Amino acid sequence: MRRSLLFIPGNNPGMLMGADMHGADAVIFDLEDAVAPTEKDAARILVRNAMRAMPDLGVEVVVRVNPLATDFFIQDIQTMVPLHPKLIMPTKVASAEDVAHISAAVAAAEQANGMPEGSIGLLPLLETAQGIENAFAIADCDLRVKGLLLGAEDLSSDLQAIRSKQGAEILYARGRIVMAARAAGVEVYDTPFTDVNDAEGMAEDARLARALGFSGKAVISPRHVEAVNAAFTPTEDEIIYAREVMLAIAEAQQQGRGAISLRGKMVDKPIVDRAQRVLATAKQLGLEGSDL
Amino acid sequence: MSKLVHSLADAIRASGLQSGMTISFHHHLRNGDAVLNMVLAEAARQGLRDLTVQASSLFDVHLPLLDHIRSGVVTGIETNYMAAGIGRAISEGVLQKPVVFRSHGGRPAAIESGRVVIDVAFIAAPASDAQGNANGVLGSAACGSLGYAIPDAKYAKKVVIITDHLMPYPLTPHPIEETDVDLVVQVDSIGDPKGIVSGTTRITRDPVGLSIAKLAAQVIAHSGLMVDGFSFQTGAGGASLAVTEYLKPLLRKQQVQGSFGLGGITGYLVDMLNEGYFGNLMDVQCFDLAAVASIRDNPRHQEISATRYASPNARSCAVKSLDTVVLGATEIDLNFNVNVHTDSNGYIMGGSGGHSDTAEGAKLSLIVAPLFRARLPIIVDKVTCVTTKGSAVDVLVTQRGVAINPRRQDLKDNLKAAGLPVFEIDELQAQAHKLTGVPVPVKPQGRVVAQVEYPLGGIVDEIRSVCAE
Amino acid sequence: MKVVKTASAGTLESNDVLVTVEPGEGIKLDIESVVYQQFGQAIRATVMDTLAALDVTDATLHLNDRGALDCTIAARVETAARRAGEGV
Repeated sequence: MRRSLLFIPGNNPGMLMGADMHGADAVIFDLEDAVAPTEKDAARILVRNAMRAMPDLGVEVVVRVNPLATDFFIQDIQTMVPLHPKLIMPTKVASAEDVAHISAAVAAAEQANGMPEGSIGLLPLLETAQGIENAFAIADCDLRVKGLLLGAEDLSSDLQAIRSKQGAEILYARGRIVMAARAAGVEVYDTPFTDVNDAEGMAEDARLARALGFSGKAVISPRHVEAVNAAFTPTEDEIIYAREVMLAIAEAQQQGRGAISLRGKMVDKPIVDRAQRVLATAKQLGLEGSDL
Repeated sequence: MSKLVHSLADAIRASGLQSGMTISFHHHLRNGDAVLNMVLAEAARQGLRDLTVQASSLFDVHLPLLDHIRSGVVTGIETNYMAAGIGRAISEGVLQKPVVFRSHGGRPAAIESGRVVIDVAFIAAPASDAQGNANGVLGSAACGSLGYAIPDAKYAKKVVIITDHLMPYPLTPHPIEETDVDLVVQVDSIGDPKGIVSGTTRITRDPVGLSIAKLAAQVIAHSGLMVDGFSFQTGAGGASLAVTEYLKPLLRKQQVQGSFGLGGITGYLVDMLNEGYFGNLMDVQCFDLAAVASIRDNPRHQEISATRYASPNARSCAVKSLDTVVLGATEIDLNFNVNVHTDSNGYIMGGSGGHSDTAEGAKLSLIVAPLFRARLPIIVDKVTCVTTKGSAVDVLVTQRGVAINPRRQDLKDNLKAAGLPVFEIDELQAQAHKLTGVPVPVKPQGRVVAQVEYPLGGIVDEIRSVCAE
Repeated sequence: MKVVKTASAGTLESNDVLVTVEPGEGIKLDIESVVYQQFGQAIRATVMDTLAALDVTDATLHLNDRGALDCTIAARVETAARRAGEGV
């Protein structure tokens, strides 16, 4: 369950220590864009020490590493793998070939540390035109890949487009990445909303992400966590309707009926699937009415 | 004979001020005050010495006080709060005689009972007429309520009004009345408006502070006190003020009609009054322009004196009717005693203000604080200085959970049943120590530089100099 | 590891520590901290442990601490030492 993934700058001791405090479902310790090139070593060692000091953080840990093409990449992998983050987020991933190299590096580190192969998953960040074009291949090529994250800031630059709050320039990329992830059967997360002070805009963007089929959304500010969690949490009405659907289906089966209508609509497979997902999510979140 | 004199120098002469006497000041002009410095500078010029300054609070704008101490003009200080700049010097031993710390309720009680005798009260008034009818709501240095000045006006032997805005007689409103005033003098400026009130008060943006505030609001919601007639007070900043934001939706949901907000009033409480959460505001001090405008224009926003606010000698006072107060702490110990007088190194950087009064008076007293600040755990084995006794403190709220005073089993049961993260206070301390390590306790060993008087008058603690002697 | 030049790591932000490592004889520590009275000994111990783990036996260190936790102090000391050193 990853409704929200909160970026935490890797070179900031205060923020690392309080990472689990903000209510996000996952935290992303960032060794990449949040850290100046001259401080990559400092961030790596700090994050390593922080993770050793707080082994049971109570929130899922993802580590964002530097791009494959940089010198930092291999040191990031070798330092982070033994710390058992749930996922590693490789950046500027452009192709299935990139994934193969990254996966091999992770596998080597797992082996060197006596860890079972495949312990660490990947959450590639797609932030280039090539990455989006190759999204399905990237999602599908390796069992390590557990999901995809959209990076709209770098992507819009690569597209030579103008980044906007409404996001018309990334509408295709959003649709494409969701399509690719779902086709490959992995999770998919939306790009962060970047205006820290616009609470209304944040809530709208989060609701849009949910509607488009994303599993959750990354955030760059603790103040955005609540809105994103809310957007990806089933509402009371959704849960009530889902229960009705499941009861209606059970009733129909009991009566030997093939089809059933509820609230004037035919309840067919997509509706049942959606209802099951809502109840499963609600159950995981411990919401009222989720037990059936 | 006219009360109106031409200069501060004349006013001081006419007041009969002699060396060795006690002079008093209120702190409604806060860090923008010019009056205390002005009066002491003139007293020094006139060769006066050995004065005791009885000020409801002292801020770093009053740092020139230290020069007057070093030159012998001032030899005694009595106050309810002392900012860190002056506090540091006191902790290092600049003053021979121990400072007497009281609280916002203990000070009027001491004045009224005669334990404190004020020879001359110098009352800064944003607006006054020539007879001394004065208020804080008009004029360019408007500060709102003059609550802390009222006991001085009533009990001092001589009362001098210092204003920069002389208005026609008879001035209204008149929390300070001509019947108590001896002299009135007009000066160019009594203070800097920017230091007197903030433009607007903003609640904290710090995620830790906000999550503490959210939990505190939930504690209040499950205390059984959030019913019609609910009353509430909060500190002016940090996590305390943020509690109001989280409380509002909970009050709305329960459809609670509150009776009054008390304090220390900011625009946030003014909004709550205007939005119908409370029927009244009882105001002993205004913190921002919104509060000043409201007290001036809204009859349900009442000015109250320090006596009515919290004097334990009065037949009753507002804090005794208060349901909930949210307060801060630099330290809290395993017995729930709270320190807001010193930092963990023993340096004076505060004082009770209304802390002990409200904690003792309110039915539910909450302390909000992070588990640690810059590696220093808030929960200590024994506080460096007792400001408020543990028996008056009900709940500690941190970002990792709440601890409840063992005297409140009822509360503990309610909050546990509500699913809130309830711990023993030593468990929360252990959580902090796991991250910070165990600190070496620091207890200054020098001579006594301050005594802390509890509202009813007894000495609850002493503060020693950080310099060994 | 041998310290061959001067290097720093960390910042003066709250919860952090600025560490400077330079060549020296034996280990010399100069520690300034906002929590010196409460944690001075603990800070010293953490620095010594970190240097020992890196096999640094000769260096002079200056620390300006703003309330960093042990894991942060160790991280900044290690980073500064590696930047100042050769042979790791």
